[in-house]
Amino acid sequence: MEQLQLKKVDIIFGWDEKVTPIDVYDKTIKKSADSIILDMIDSGLKGRGGAGFPTGLKWKFTRNEDSDAKYVICNADEGEPGTFKDREILDRVPEKVFTGMAICAYVIGAREGYIYVRGEYNFLLKSLQKKVDLFNQQLAERKSDFTIYLRSGSGAYVCGEESALFESMEGKRGEPRNKPPYPTVSGYNGKPTVINNVETLVYTCEICRMGSEKFKSFGTFDSRGSKVFSVSGDTPTPGIYELELGMPLKDFVEEFADGDAKAVQIGGASGHCVPRKKFNETIIGFEGIPTGGSMMIFNSTRSMYNVLHDYLEFFTEESCGQCTPCRVGCQQLLKGIEAVKKGEKSPTYLEDLKKLTLTMKIAAKCGLGQSVANPFISIVDNFKEEIIY
Amino acid sequence: MTNTENLVHELVEKHGRDRNSLMPILQGLVSQEKFLSEEAMIAIAKELDLSAADVYGTASFYTFLDTVPRGKNIIRICKTISCHMRNKDEIIAVLEDQLKVKVGETTHDKRFTLLTANCLGWCHKGPVMLVNDEVFPEVTPQKAIEIVEEYIKKSN
Ligand code: SF4
Ligand code: FES
Repeated sequence: MEQLQLKKVDIIFGWDEKVTPIDVYDKTIKKSADSIILDMIDSGLKGRGGAGFPTGLKWKFTRNEDSDAKYVICNADEGEPGTFKDREILDRVPEKVFTGMAICAYVIGAREGYIYVRGEYNFLLKSLQKKVDLFNQQLAERKSDFTIYLRSGSGAYVCGEESALFESMEGKRGEPRNKPPYPTVSGYNGKPTVINNVETLVYTCEICRMGSEKFKSFGTFDSRGSKVFSVSGDTPTPGIYELELGMPLKDFVEEFADGDAKAVQIGGASGHCVPRKKFNETIIGFEGIPTGGSMMIFNSTRSMYNVLHDYLEFFTEESCGQCTPCRVGCQQLLKGIEAVKKGEKSPTYLEDLKKLTLTMKIAAKCGLGQSVANPFISIVDNFKEEIIY
Repeated sequence: MTNTENLVHELVEKHGRDRNSLMPILQGLVSQEKFLSEEAMIAIAKELDLSAADVYGTASFYTFLDTVPRGKNIIRICKTISCHMRNKDEIIAVLEDQLKVKVGETTHDKRFTLLTANCLGWCHKGPVMLVNDEVFPEVTPQKAIEIVEEYIKKSN
């Protein structure tokens, strides 16, 4: 396997003054929709929200659908604890996001696009609206019939799940839908929809600007390109960093931790907790542990019981309650570790709880319930003593 | 028409009668009245031709769409992991002391409601405090008190 060193890059926030986002749009739409799709597929870009679906394919499937209306939606409902990259992108380079949306609209044949911004980021809306208006005007001058609108969420983590987001936009409870059908077939208003994360859309704009060959030269075979990481926890340098994908966790820890890291939670509350002894062998990328970008560092002063307790409280509160394994499961896990800690249950009860998370993985309807097993098992397995005593 | 009914009507005129407009309408109401009263939800239901239970069912799903009365200013302290690691408990304690309320409560003069929230997206700058739509990252106990004092001044 190719091994990369940790490398900081500056693609997203590094502005090349000579080429503006709308120039990228102008240049790109001279090409046919099919060739843009080929570029996206060739670039190897996978969704940056965490699930990692190839972006080019998503666009292609939606383009192939026959429908009177199609939509492009930018998912800016970032709610994963430890993640704050989308806010930074929307604040600093929103035009690149709009450009990614407009190019996507051209490819799939959409006339309406929406940016669904989480309610916690309402303070961004005013300036964002001005920039959207300006961009819409630029599109209109180019005789494009595509328009971007802003929508705001109201504080529900689960609405980051794409089908829950559609429900919310349709004025309903943000409860995830059954899949299939997938959004490419039936998304917002039941119409074919491309829904991409903020960061993914920025990269589509960058790929159109720099070409897929150049983009491919970043990262590894399995994890093409770079990615924005949100670094928090026990680190002297918390913040946002753009790094090439495919680096060893060891390098990351050397660069960002305080010298005393005992664990890194990769991918936010729903991700995996990697203990110190596995720093060497862990790769950050699709060939190792994929991540939406959250990297939370814990040093030896932290109680991993408290960490897990915090995560479980979070999931218990944010579960939409639609399916029993998730609704009841989250509560049982929380009560379960409390009982073990207090000595009301024997330590072997943790094994039962692990089995429960595996049931949730199979039986829960959406990623929220399915992913609780990740933090639970990785923390319980690697820090058992801390959970029990 | 009452004030609330008027407001609902204005919002409906602005956003449309389609169900897709329900969220912006609810959000518009909350930003004006701080919470969704029964009266408001019934008025919305009438205008959009939905059952009131349906409107309530939607509203009650979302953390920011309060269905119980709230103060003029809503303070939310992030309680999730990174902010927890950076002593959000201290911030909550000084605010409870300053406002003479517990988390979840509203002050007698109805000026402030103190709530906790899940991750607000500023984990690298915790602890974080949100007052209405305004964010205050890296708050210290001292800063938290000053922020509240500023709001008191503003509303005097
Ligand atoms: S897994 Fe949880 S959040 Fe997802 S649909 Fe089921 S109850 Fe809702
Ligand atoms: S944990 Fe407090 S803002 Fe993310």
